[in-house]
Amino acid sequence: MKALPQWVAGIVIGIASAGAAGTALAQSAAEEIAKYRLQLQAGNPAELWEARGEDLWKQKRGPKNVSLEQCDLGKGPGVVQGAYAELPRQFADADRVMDFETRLVHCMVTLQGFTFAQAAARPFGSGTNRSDIEALTAWITSESRGVIMNVATTHPREQEAYRLGEKMFYFRGGPHDFGCVTCHSESGKRIRLQDLPNLTDRAGAQLGYTTWPAYRVSQGELRTFQWRLYDCFRQQRFPEMKFTSDGSIALTMFLARNANGAAFNAPAIKR
Amino acid sequence: MADPMRIRAASKDGVVNVKVLMSHEMETGQRKDAAGKVVPAHFIQSVSATWQGKVVLTAQWGPAVSKNPFLEFNFKGGQKGDKIQLTWTDNKGDKRTDEAAIN
Repeated sequence: MKALPQWVAGIVIGIASAGAAGTALAQSAAEEIAKYRLQLQAGNPAELWEARGEDLWKQKRGPKNVSLEQCDLGKGPGVVQGAYAELPRQFADADRVMDFETRLVHCMVTLQGFTFAQAAARPFGSGTNRSDIEALTAWITSESRGVIMNVATTHPREQEAYRLGEKMFYFRGGPHDFGCVTCHSESGKRIRLQDLPNLTDRAGAQLGYTTWPAYRVSQGELRTFQWRLYDCFRQQRFPEMKFTSDGSIALTMFLARNANGAAFNAPAIKR
Repeated sequence: MADPMRIRAASKDGVVNVKVLMSHEMETGQRKDAAGKVVPAHFIQSVSATWQGKVVLTAQWGPAVSKNPFLEFNFKGGQKGDKIQLTWTDNKGDKRTDEAAIN
């Protein structure tokens, strides 16, 4: 029997931090965490979200009682395979650059007849208050696993979003004079024992973007890329990032585009 | 009603390897909510696996098992195409049974 007790994380980190002063020890801590992730991979609970998401995608829901199967994610209505690896992109029908979550909400509004407020009411779940958005994102992203990231910046709007996202990434502000760049512009940086990807580096940007969404063991929830940005904003003491805002899409555009060329590998599992 | 389990069963050299993901809160009963009230314990207490009417595994679980537990085990004798059935029961009496064919 191989069940995963909650204290596994505690022990791994406990052992690692026993003498985390030297670089050698920090190195071994990173290795131990990598091992821990590897052990978990075989039974990634993200699959439970994927299954629920697939079900939600095909279910007739909303005031119009239709499924999301005709939702156009950029590769034509109903095409889900590989769609996530090409997002965000400019959508002519909405006249806006959209990331996946924004497009999903758009489809829930236009196809299923929900209001925007209803569709975007619960972007992040907790415990029994589950989020349909997280489940649907898990399913759609799983359909892009292994697909090479290929985000275009051919449309002027896409270029604009990329430039805006780049500005946001390097912008420092807030009570701590913080920015994304503070933590994510040097290799080998950590928050406590968590390695932070260097997002200004090609390999780092690819590793960072292609492993979200992820099941967070410490939260027992599947988290989307919108959540990742939301929580980074919170940690920086920035104003709350609005779900599906232009700013969130621009930053996603910048990070997704920089991951081009790498194979998408999510939903992943993280501590 | 709990979500379905994800069951994978593969036969190799007469041994069947079974991997199961269960969707469950696995609340320990030790935590308090924002208002300071204890969150009531809610966890899977027993698990059993059946193959062709024979019980091939039983387990008694407690609150130390993680949320959304993953279980992996092997048993001898199963053939490709046979059905394997998993059942869990939690401390509130909720129950869930799912089955999958052996590959």
